[in-house]
Amino acid sequence: MTDTLDINKLDLAGTKAKGKRPYFLESKQTEQVMSIVMSLAMELSVTRERLASVECLLEDRGLLDREQLNSYQPDKSEAERRSADTQEFLARILRIMQQDKEEMQRNDPTMEEVQEKLTKS
Amino acid sequence: MSVAKPLPSWNVLTKHDVFPTANHDEVARLNFLTHLNVHLSAQILPGVRLAYEGTVKPEFEKTRGREPESRHEIRKAMLNNGYFQMWSALRRNTMEMRHQATRAQVLRQIESLVEKVEKLNFQADTLELDTSIEVPDNIGSVDIHCQPGCYYEEYFENDVTVAASYDVGLFATTAGLLGALSDGGGQAIGKWLSESHSDFKPKRILDIGCTIGHNAVPLAQAFPDAEVIAIDVARPSLRYAHARAKALGVNNIKFVQANAEDLPQYDDQSFDLVTTSMFLHETSHSSMPRILKTINRVLKPGGLMLHLEQPQYEGMDLYQQFIRDWDSFYNNEPYWGPMHELDLKAMFDKCGFNGEDMFDVGLISLVDEKIFGKREKGDEGEDFGRAPVWNAYGLWKK
Repeated sequence: MTDTLDINKLDLAGTKAKGKRPYFLESKQTEQVMSIVMSLAMELSVTRERLASVECLLEDRGLLDREQLNSYQPDKSEAERRSADTQEFLARILRIMQQDKEEMQRNDPTMEEVQEKLTKS
Repeated sequence: MSVAKPLPSWNVLTKHDVFPTANHDEVARLNFLTHLNVHLSAQILPGVRLAYEGTVKPEFEKTRGREPESRHEIRKAMLNNGYFQMWSALRRNTMEMRHQATRAQVLRQIESLVEKVEKLNFQADTLELDTSIEVPDNIGSVDIHCQPGCYYEEYFENDVTVAASYDVGLFATTAGLLGALSDGGGQAIGKWLSESHSDFKPKRILDIGCTIGHNAVPLAQAFPDAEVIAIDVARPSLRYAHARAKALGVNNIKFVQANAEDLPQYDDQSFDLVTTSMFLHETSHSSMPRILKTINRVLKPGGLMLHLEQPQYEGMDLYQQFIRDWDSFYNNEPYWGPMHELDLKAMFDKCGFNGEDMFDVGLISLVDEKIFGKREKGDEGEDFGRAPVWNAYGLWKK
């Protein structure tokens, strides 16, 4: 019996190759964000494929007509529900832009500024 | 938008008995990576040349008063170009994604994989592991092509993780051009020998740096009466290679853990054919001559030494050299550049051969119909654009 108890598969799958990693973009963090975005793009692509497979299986069993799916028109209440969903989705992923805008509008103080204020005797 | 030509799915690969299984999402991941690689090279890479010719080269000429004189000057100038930075960052990251994806896939089933490998390797006299063989600097200093653990790391006893992961992932980087068993290189050698040297019937073949044996297997199949000795320093790769060959029903290969710099176990003039496939660029200035001297020693007069390798830089335009050299610096292939600028004839001379005997040849491997489908009717002549051409060089020992 193979003894693999000592290994952490999650860590080992993502472990780094030996040799200093070159960074190409002006900021290392920007490049790290790119890396995260590309991994998410892959996972989105995987999910789209999975959904396509689900459609195939449903169609094979006569539970789905893909023509019908492509021409599906949500009724009014369903359309409203989706609109709300889409808005929530966008607000979620673009939160950082919303917060940057609010900060510009409000001119928030820094912690150092507040600290100085709070420690004035 | 024009309809893109569909790329083959990873699923068309031949699933030998020790090939890791893939679930739905794992296949989708490998297919995404294949598409991403093709997109990067077909759609984005041409922009790097535009950035060079339209911006970077004119700026260089303006400030320096001359054209760039080496691939290194081009690279240093290009490192400040935003388009090159983005392409490089994407390419590097895609390589890292491949390794993470295939390692995760292999590790989730590693226990059953190791069991299958052990069963096939049990008491085999065609697998010789030698714990005294150390990992040489040329592959031990950095993990070649960003593959964590390179070809040799073992995470537990009898591990084959790095080897199985390599077998799974090759497809994503080459988009199927290596064939359903990633064996296009070895197949091309066999095809060339049977067509151009049909009277050459090697009885004993040495394949150096065999990794998972993907090029040794087609050679063993092309010469079923020959004894093939496939050597590598990497234990997990040899274990996997041996089981893989057995699973494919190939029994005339002996896999041996050995360093080709010194092969005391093999007599002088004891091999008819010595091959390497995409191996020399992973050696070093000190190891390559030692390996070539060993080849010269063990090769019979009238025997053939043949190397599948990327073309040398000499005579190539500087931009081509620069772009090919990317792997040297950014894909953990540090000897890639230095190797490709060697004077090979002089090197062969230095190692006891007659450099003047050296030949260069483009080997054309068959298009794998399992991957790319049958040729369309009326599609006559050569399979331009589909048939991979392998650069090879070597010499017949006199």
